[in-house]
Amino acid sequence: MSLRSRCSRICSNAIHRPSIYFNASQTPSKVNPVWQTCRSVASTPSAEKALFPGALNSEFTNTLEFLRPSNKKSIPTYRVVDQYGGVINKEMGVETEDEEALVLYRNMVCLSIMDLLMFEAQRQGRLSFYMVSAGEEGIAVGSASVLNPADVVFCQYRETGVYMQRGFTLDEFMNQLFSNSQDAGRGRNMPVHYGSKKLNIHTVSSTLATQIPHAAGAAYAIKLQNMQNPEIEPRIVVCYFGEGAASEGDFHAALNIAATRQVPAVFICRNNGYAISTPTSDQYRGDGIASRGAGYGIPTLRVDGNDIFAVRRATREARKLALENGGQPVLMEMMAYRVGHHSTSDDSFAYRQKIEVEDWKRRDNPITRLRKWLEGRQLWDEDKERELRSRTRKEILAAFDRAEKLKKPAIRHAFGDVWEDLTEEQRMHVEELRDILRRYPKEYDVDQHEGGVESLDELLAAKSTK
Amino acid sequence: MTAASPPIRVLSRYLLRPQAPFHFHSRCQHLARSQRNSSAVAGARLNNSVEYDSTPILHHTSRTALQNPELPEDVRKGQTKRINLYTAVNDALRHALQTDERTLVFGEDVQFGGVFRCTMNLASDFGTERVFNTPLSEQGLVGFAIGAASEGMRPVAEIQFADYVFPAFDQIVNEASKYRYRSGTTGVHCGGLVIRMPTGVVGHGALYHSQSPEVLFSHTPGLRVVIPRSPTQAKGLLLSAIRTNDPVIFMEPKVLYRAAVEQVPVSPYYLPLDKAEVLKQGKDITIVSYGTPLYTCSAAIAAAEKDFGCSVELIDLRTIYPWDRATVLESVKKTGRAIVVHESMMNAGVGAEVAATIQEKAFLRLEAPVKRVTGWATHTGLIYEKFIIPDVTRVYDAIKQTLDY
Repeated sequence: MSLRSRCSRICSNAIHRPSIYFNASQTPSKVNPVWQTCRSVASTPSAEKALFPGALNSEFTNTLEFLRPSNKKSIPTYRVVDQYGGVINKEMGVETEDEEALVLYRNMVCLSIMDLLMFEAQRQGRLSFYMVSAGEEGIAVGSASVLNPADVVFCQYRETGVYMQRGFTLDEFMNQLFSNSQDAGRGRNMPVHYGSKKLNIHTVSSTLATQIPHAAGAAYAIKLQNMQNPEIEPRIVVCYFGEGAASEGDFHAALNIAATRQVPAVFICRNNGYAISTPTSDQYRGDGIASRGAGYGIPTLRVDGNDIFAVRRATREARKLALENGGQPVLMEMMAYRVGHHSTSDDSFAYRQKIEVEDWKRRDNPITRLRKWLEGRQLWDEDKERELRSRTRKEILAAFDRAEKLKKPAIRHAFGDVWEDLTEEQRMHVEELRDILRRYPKEYDVDQHEGGVESLDELLAAKSTK
Repeated sequence: MTAASPPIRVLSRYLLRPQAPFHFHSRCQHLARSQRNSSAVAGARLNNSVEYDSTPILHHTSRTALQNPELPEDVRKGQTKRINLYTAVNDALRHALQTDERTLVFGEDVQFGGVFRCTMNLASDFGTERVFNTPLSEQGLVGFAIGAASEGMRPVAEIQFADYVFPAFDQIVNEASKYRYRSGTTGVHCGGLVIRMPTGVVGHGALYHSQSPEVLFSHTPGLRVVIPRSPTQAKGLLLSAIRTNDPVIFMEPKVLYRAAVEQVPVSPYYLPLDKAEVLKQGKDITIVSYGTPLYTCSAAIAAAEKDFGCSVELIDLRTIYPWDRATVLESVKKTGRAIVVHESMMNAGVGAEVAATIQEKAFLRLEAPVKRVTGWATHTGLIYEKFIIPDVTRVYDAIKQTLDY
């Protein structure tokens, strides 16, 4: 088989060919991207381009010069307001209504107060685990605020602000943290592993970066659904992860497949300088995460994550870009500093100076920067601040008390939802557990759980586990 | 080269990943049949080539194919056609793509038809939005499939060889299997997911084209693990795998892709995902196996019944997990003796689980220890395959030893 016929085979396959279920007229018209360009592979001695199939646009050169990243300028960081809350491009402004800015501010403050209280609650032993978002509230709240509520979100775990901005209630947070009977996760997940079907946010799993290829696949599903139902507003998928998670193979796999399948997804990396104790200098040697985007053929932007206006404008544009030409992935690296400890199981002063953290807290963080902007517009003052903090604290503590008083989920939920229906093997195991619980009642705290041992009877009697 | 020849890209792939059923000409089919035991020793009585043309494992006539009581009435009244296992897989995928627009078929080299031809003509008939190549990344394509399933699609992802599923192990064990459980009342799951992979030895697959990693998935709650033995089973079980709302690991014995040819109902039909099948009734001893070794067992049983005058019951597990304890136990309680046969190694293999269950639930009926005939505790070195994988002689001898105990 000649190389020429091989080329024609590739091209005939690569041509955008709608399936029998999709009307060709519904498919957005496309400019022919480079990977669809077919040309003769045989190169002549005078050809200016190499025409190797692996890099069709490469030109020959007589200069032996390695591409050295160290010689390149670092990718710039996009910002809209400076660290004193001053708008840099006055003509363009911030594209955010005053009332909207106040909502963003209240949500960020609420998140930071909830973090403080829950961190303390864990220290008192009332929660098993917690992770704060300190320093990164602007990334989560800001990006979520410009998404369509129907856009599907995949989180890592430090994106509590996304849930808050989308309408996850304080009760829902507390129910999850306490693993009580009202927890959507039925008490199965560690604290902070939130999920909400209503808000189109997939449930968090502890495994790092696994959600990135999920987002690519979900975005592909949504791309096909967008094509099938042109009447509904097109949707995208947004996926969050830290700069440490970006070292996982799943990051590479996901961005590559997202690019080859051209999926409408926005990948948001929170680069906060640390992965637990590991500084970025031990994480990578390139220009952060953003520099990798071009390698995958993905439009990329680096953003000041402490500037909620920059985060919002960037995310809004990224969303538009993701829907262009029938869909394409976009990568954004949002720069921040992890002000808090990695988690309640971590003391970060074992690997970084307290002064460094204090500097970041004082010098620049997303909440004070927005507050300075609000104060500059006479929208905020010390009284309002005091009132907001006191009210928010009370609301959180009230939800905390409600959640702490609720019973734990029924024991039957230990077995449900593994398969769609209970298997015969599970049935045997439930019977054995029930027998043990009945014969050793003093050894187990069954009464903390809704329905006690009887919930296992219900499970065995029910046809389905749901 | 004829039109059926592989593109040069695939040829080079084959040089990197050599395996047996590389027969793109239909006339090579007959060669493939005797591939597995082509090294049979002259004068050997037991270790002969598998007689796929006459084995009782396969339906050689339309009449026997349609007698299967598991088939619905209308299918039993319908037509059959004589096809091999890869065509049966193709039939099932075609039906799923035709009847449910949520179905997607993808993996490495799937678009041109697949290196084992299982996805032949699907891209041209259903479009490259639904049948497509992915980059060469198992963790990527499985993660992608989980994400697509979590948003309501029914992806059928292909891992080119079961030997290469390990990069996706995290995605399968930590994500696919736990998605529904961790999502709780949100009800989100990835149950539309099927991961297909060619499995088992093939004559000269050596270390990385021979493995049977089913037990690694049967140690994970939330997954279904299915291994068909024949074209009829492949079609019915794959259609059920695509239809079920649980993620399924669907392992296709690659040596059977071309070798196993039988009459298969033309209409679509669904076979149960939690039922073993008694392939042959017997009263003295029960053999439990699945996939390719069933052909070995069948030949060994024929010789043993003739030589020892015994009667052997043969059970195809079909679904490795969740598996059908009732059928196995009912049989062993009747026969009092059991042998488990599989290609993968003995330690913590499927045989360990089956033997332990028999010991626990049929202790008083056992007249001999449960014998396991499996791959040895070594890797499948290229030229040693015939010494490592259970063959007719070893199964024959296991029957003898178990009867004599």
